[in-house]
Amino acid sequence: MKIHEYQAKDLFRNYGVAVPEGYPAFSVKEALEAYDKLNTETVVVKAQIHAGGRGKGGGVKLAHSRSEVEELASKILGMNLVTHQTGSEGKEVQRLLIEEGVNIQRELYAGIVLDRAARQYVFMVSTEGGVEIEKVAAETPEKIIKEWINPENGFTEKQGEKLAVKLGLANGQISSAVDIFTSLWNVFSELNCSLLEINPLVVTSQEQVIALDAKMNLDSNGLFHHRELLELRDKSEEDPAELSASQYNLNYINLDGNVGCMVNGAGLAMATMDIIKLTGGEPANFLDVGGVANAETVANGFKIILSDPNVKSILINIFGGIVRCDRVAQGVIDAMDTVNVTIPVVVRLEGTNAKEAAELLNNSSLEFLVATSLQDAAEKAVSAATGGHQ
Amino acid sequence: MSVLVGNNTRLIIQGITGKEGTFHGQQIRDYGTNLVAGVTPGKGGEKALEVPVFNTVQEAKDATDANTSVIFVPPAFSAAAILEAARAGMGLVICITEGIPTSDMVKVNHELKDLPTRLVGPNCPGVISPGKAKVGIMPGFIHEPGNIGVISRSGTLTYEAVHQLVSAGLGQSTSIGIGGDPIIGTTFIDMFALFADDDETEGVVLIGEIGGTAEEEAAQWVLDNNFTKPVVAFIAGQTAPPGRRMGHAGAIISGGKGTAKEKINALKSAGIHVADSPAEIGITMIKALQS
Repeated sequence: MKIHEYQAKDLFRNYGVAVPEGYPAFSVKEALEAYDKLNTETVVVKAQIHAGGRGKGGGVKLAHSRSEVEELASKILGMNLVTHQTGSEGKEVQRLLIEEGVNIQRELYAGIVLDRAARQYVFMVSTEGGVEIEKVAAETPEKIIKEWINPENGFTEKQGEKLAVKLGLANGQISSAVDIFTSLWNVFSELNCSLLEINPLVVTSQEQVIALDAKMNLDSNGLFHHRELLELRDKSEEDPAELSASQYNLNYINLDGNVGCMVNGAGLAMATMDIIKLTGGEPANFLDVGGVANAETVANGFKIILSDPNVKSILINIFGGIVRCDRVAQGVIDAMDTVNVTIPVVVRLEGTNAKEAAELLNNSSLEFLVATSLQDAAEKAVSAATGGHQ
Repeated sequence: MSVLVGNNTRLIIQGITGKEGTFHGQQIRDYGTNLVAGVTPGKGGEKALEVPVFNTVQEAKDATDANTSVIFVPPAFSAAAILEAARAGMGLVICITEGIPTSDMVKVNHELKDLPTRLVGPNCPGVISPGKAKVGIMPGFIHEPGNIGVISRSGTLTYEAVHQLVSAGLGQSTSIGIGGDPIIGTTFIDMFALFADDDETEGVVLIGEIGGTAEEEAAQWVLDNNFTKPVVAFIAGQTAPPGRRMGHAGAIISGGKGTAKEKINALKSAGIHVADSPAEIGITMIKALQS
C-alpha cells in the first residue's frame, strides 16, 4: 500500500526522524492556514500524489509570500500532474503539503528495500541525491553504498556510522546522520514497510541531516499488525475499476487492449495475457479470480471487465484443479443471467470435469465460443475482438 | 527416484483441523501419501483424517517419526509454524499459506540457514511425485509418473504445463511450485541441483515469471554446473506493465528490473529452450528431448 509524503512524514515524527515542519492542505484556504501556522517567509507548496518526479512535473514550487501561496495552491490543486511515473494521462492533485523552506547544503539519498537475492533488507545511501536513483544505479552503480541488515541485530549504529563516513559527511554531521538512519530503520521494521526512500535527504546549513522528501510503501501482508495505518489509504489514487475489484476480493489490473480476460491463478492470468498478445491481440486487463470461480465471482469479474468500454471480447480461462470445471461452467451460465453481456465470450475450461463443463456450455441457450485449447481460446477471443479480421 | 517427496515421506499437517487443512488433507490422504499425524495447538489427543492430532510438532515427530510437514495455518502464525517444524527436526517443510509478511520470511530464512531443514514456499501449491506422494493443493489426477521435473513460481500455470506434458505423453518425476512470494525457501537453483542428481529425471521444465532475478540466477547455475539434461522454460508476464504487482507478491517489475525479456535472454544464453507461448511448453519439451 502506498501512502502520501505528508502521511509518511507524520509517521516519521513519531519515530524521531527529522523532517521540516509542514501541514497538509486539501483547499486553498487550508494552504493559507498552514502558511500562517508556519510563520516563516519561504515555504514549499508540494503536490501530494502517489508518484515520483513531482518537482519536474511542476508540482513542487517555492513561495515567498502569503499571496504567492494562494496563487500556487490554486494553480496546483486540481491540476493534472504528469510525471515519468504517472503515465501520459497524469494524476489530478487533490492534496498539498505546505512545508517550511530549508537551506540546503548537500542533497543525498537514503533508502531501505528488500534484496530478494540476499533475502535481507538493504540500507542504501548515495551522494547523488535529488536525481532518479534508478538512473544512478544504471549509470554509476559505484555511487550507491549498501549495508545489508542482519535480521537478528537489525540496523546497527556501527553500520550507520559507516554509511555516514562513506557519504563524506563532516564530523559535526555524522551523529545527526546516524540518528536519522537508525530512526528510519525503526520506522521500516516496526511498520512493516516494503520500501522507504528519502530523496533527497539533505544536510542543512545548520549541519542537520533531515528528510526533505519521503516515499513509503507498506507491505499489505503486514497491515494486520497495524490496522490504524489502513486509514492512510487514499482510494482516489486508485483506478476505479481496480478499486471495486479489490472490494470483491478480485485481483484486477486495467490495461490498454480490447480482449478482456478472466483467469484462475496469477501465473496463468499473466500467461493468458501473453498468449493474447502473441496471437495478435492486446489484453485489456489482468484478472485473477482466485481459487473459487463460482457464479458470484464470475459475475463480479464480468462487471469489472465490462466497465472498460474498450473491451470487445472476453476470454475465460480456467484450469480446474480442486475447483470442478462443471461448477465453473454453471457459474458462468448463471452469471450471464445476472449481467448483461453483449460481447462475445470465449470459454476454455480444462482439468477436473472439463468434458461435463463443455456439455453444459454447449447445451445452454447462451452463445459461448467454447475453446478446446489455450491456443484455440486465444485465437477465438482475438478474432472476436477484431470482428473476425486480424 | 523422485525428489523431495516420495515413498519415504512420513507427513504431518500443521493446521489439520482448520478448513484448508481438513479439505486438502483429505485429498493428500486419498492420493495415497503416507500421512502420519496432524498438529493443532490445543487439540492434542483428538483424531482428524484418521490420524492422531498433537499439540506440537515435536510431540508428533516423537510419536510418529515424521520427516515432512505441510503448513495450512493463517499468515499471522505461519512464520512460527515453519520455525517450530524446523526446530523439531523436520527435514522438509512445505508452507502453502499466502499472505505472510515479507519481514517474517526474512527472519525465518535467516534462522533456517543454521538448520538442516529445507523450506518450500510459502505461497505455493506444494510438491508432488506422481504415483508416490502428493504434499500440496495441486490436483493429483492430472499428473502421470514419468521423467520430467517441473519447477514453477506459479500454481494453475504449473497445472497447465503438467497437462501439456501429459498430453504429449510425458510424465513427471517430481513437480514443485516454489512459490510466488519475494522471499521463498527453495529456489530454482536448489531444484536444479536435486534434479541433476536424480536418475529418474531426464528433462526439466522451468516456469518463471516477472520480478526478481531467480530465473537469471538459475540460467547462470545451469551454465556454471554444466547441467546437461534438456531444460524448457516459459516466463509469464511478457505483457505485464512495469511497477504493478501481478497477483503474486513477488511478480513485479521494479526500477526497470525483473522483466520477462531479461529473463528470456538469460535463459536462452544458457542454452535453455524457451517456449514463447504458454501453449507450447509440452511440444517444446518433446523437441528438446529429441535434439
